[in-house]
Amino acid sequence: MASTANQRKAASGFRISRKALPYVLSLPALLVCIGILVPFLTAVVYSFQRYRLSQPWARQFNWGDNYINFMSDPGFWNTLKISLIYAGTTVTLELLLGLGIALLLQRRSTLNNFVSIMLLMPLMTAPALAALMWKLMTNPGFGILSYFAGLIGLQDFRWASSPDTALLTVVLVDIWVYTPFIMILLLAGLRSLPTQPFEAAALDGVPRTFVFFRITLPMLTPYILTATLFRLLDSIQQFDIIYAMTQGGPGDTLTVFQVEAYLNFFQSTNVGRSAALMVILWAITYFLSNVFIKHWLRLRERARGES
Amino acid sequence: MYEKEKDLIGAFLRGEVDRRGMLKGLGAMGITAGTAGTLFNMMSTNAHAADFDWKAHSGKSLKLLLNKHPYADAMIANLQTFKDLTGIEVTYDVFPEDVYFDKVTAALSSGSTEYDAFMTGAYMTWTYGPAGWITDLNEWIKDPAKTNPNYAWDDFLPGVKNSCAWNGTPGGVLGSEDAKQWCIPWGYEQNDLTYNRTMLDKIGGKVPGNLDELIETAGKASKDLGGPYGIGVRGSRSWATIHPGFLSGYANYGQKDLNVSADGKLSAAMNTAESRAFHAKWVQMIQESGPKDWSTYTWYQVGTDLGAGASAMMFDADILGYFMNGGTNKEAGNLAFASFAANPAATSATPNIWIWSLAMSNFSKDKDATWYFMQWASGAEHAIFGATKMDFVNPVRQSVWKDEIFRERLNKSYAGYVDMFDKSAPGASIKFTPQPLFFDVTTEWASTLQKMVAKEVPVDEGLDMLVQSIDTQLKEAGLG
Repeated sequence: MASTANQRKAASGFRISRKALPYVLSLPALLVCIGILVPFLTAVVYSFQRYRLSQPWARQFNWGDNYINFMSDPGFWNTLKISLIYAGTTVTLELLLGLGIALLLQRRSTLNNFVSIMLLMPLMTAPALAALMWKLMTNPGFGILSYFAGLIGLQDFRWASSPDTALLTVVLVDIWVYTPFIMILLLAGLRSLPTQPFEAAALDGVPRTFVFFRITLPMLTPYILTATLFRLLDSIQQFDIIYAMTQGGPGDTLTVFQVEAYLNFFQSTNVGRSAALMVILWAITYFLSNVFIKHWLRLRERARGES
Repeated sequence: MYEKEKDLIGAFLRGEVDRRGMLKGLGAMGITAGTAGTLFNMMSTNAHAADFDWKAHSGKSLKLLLNKHPYADAMIANLQTFKDLTGIEVTYDVFPEDVYFDKVTAALSSGSTEYDAFMTGAYMTWTYGPAGWITDLNEWIKDPAKTNPNYAWDDFLPGVKNSCAWNGTPGGVLGSEDAKQWCIPWGYEQNDLTYNRTMLDKIGGKVPGNLDELIETAGKASKDLGGPYGIGVRGSRSWATIHPGFLSGYANYGQKDLNVSADGKLSAAMNTAESRAFHAKWVQMIQESGPKDWSTYTWYQVGTDLGAGASAMMFDADILGYFMNGGTNKEAGNLAFASFAANPAATSATPNIWIWSLAMSNFSKDKDATWYFMQWASGAEHAIFGATKMDFVNPVRQSVWKDEIFRERLNKSYAGYVDMFDKSAPGASIKFTPQPLFFDVTTEWASTLQKMVAKEVPVDEGLDMLVQSIDTQLKEAGLG
């Protein structure tokens, strides 16, 4: 051991003291943290400023006015509401669909393996491209989906261009792109579950619904929580699909956090308001992450206790 | 194409050939008097430019930020001429329009020295100028040592040139005495009517002369054509929905976006009786004969629908009609153009304009060399090259519009285009009030229009809400 240390010293030409070694080893992680924290803290500082790029002379700390203004701004409450509805709807539907598909593909077979790979294709499409594809498919003049809608009596279905159906349309795109993500996670979970409880239930002649709700679902919960957490965090920060399809319209129908913050920064050059929106979005995602991780840890502890 | 002719005129200017010999030679080459005049002017310019030291910055290099556009294509096709003339090396990045202005904002706001000059719209300079990101070009334009004596600044169309000059005071008059020239106009778009002749003939409709007639003809087209809709206008939730046909029609009724009080305070002006009436008609027109998914329509959908025969007319940029009337478009050759005054009481059209311009980054490493490029790219010779050999329409120089080759080319393939230009150009200018919240005001205006068209809110109520919201924002920004 000592000879190895001497060799290392000889080869590198300098010696790292035992006290400094932990700091040196954690330096890369520290650098990554700095890379993340500097922009974050900068955004926090900006969010406490009245800061428009087009009015640099008026830049000053307004100590929370941006946040206080949100309280009386119906636009902000609409943004919060629509972001939560969008995230809640997409994640719920994707979870149900993903779980259903995963259950159908649970048994290993050549066909199931092939289908599960094919179902991953939408996930490989960039969301913005998927949105453009759907924009074409829902075109009232030549879109295939508009054609099918016409066949079932929806002659004048306006998809993303009507405030009544815009949310439904972008939710459909989100489901098309991201359901495979949940499906593949849950499929991996289902296939890794221990077989003994299921064999015992089969021997006892336990009904399949009972097996699903009392054995499969509880054992799959950590996977469901993980998939939900990932999708929820991603979904509440949705930008590409909504912006590519509607730019947040019609009217204010789809002005979710990211779209609103983007427009505030790049179009209005209102850095202060944009940063405040992003900080609030961060707070929401932080809160949701904590809730999910706490549940996930509790489940893990329970599982360990039971084992 | 003109090399032999240029050689002959060049020989005359050098005194090697007399006038009679030059005219005889040009006649033998089949050159008309008008064309010969244009060539003569070009060659004269070159000869006069011999007094200007184009090589003063030889060996330097510049980098440009460009939007993917026919104007940029024309410049790139002619760029070697500039390099040969000046010895300056030029590189460039080209981005599609969807991301172009984000790229510009990112580059300028970070103080990057990467780009020396870039393409911009005049509206954008209302943000870039006060932010200190771009340079007032008067310093160079007015300096005879730095500007080619034949640059002919007065040759620019006055309404267009003035639209690129602002004194930086919110609500200030564009092109005022104390205005800073934030950018040089390069090419521009007037918003007028482009229509499908075949379709209008089919329904027995006449070319609409005002908004009421437009609503009527568009309605008839939607009803009788059995497929295509009547009128294409933009509808996305963006400032770009307001500035073309909508604002051109609105301004023709004498309406404004903002009021400027005596003490310089701004307030929203969209809820006058005339404005309410105009909005109601505009909304009715879209509801009755616009595209079904109007609220997602950008210039691209408006143009391609007309080119593909999916619409009968559009009230948008004239050059969009120009491009849709050519190439492989289904309706190429069937489109025609008309100057459009929305207000029946107006004597002529007053189109709002979009100006693709060149601006100089304040962070440029060599502003003098950059100005050399800018004056060349906006010079008469490049404008003639672009207008006659490429698709550099609409040129911003009066001399190009007088050029017979150019006018002949347009008259031959673009029915009514020159006439439309002649009628609309005198009233063409930016109709917005210059101020830093331009994008906030126009995006919210577009959003309100969407709500009105979707019948989420009545026109009167929508306008009252819009005015209230904009007034609040103006006050918060210290402008109202």
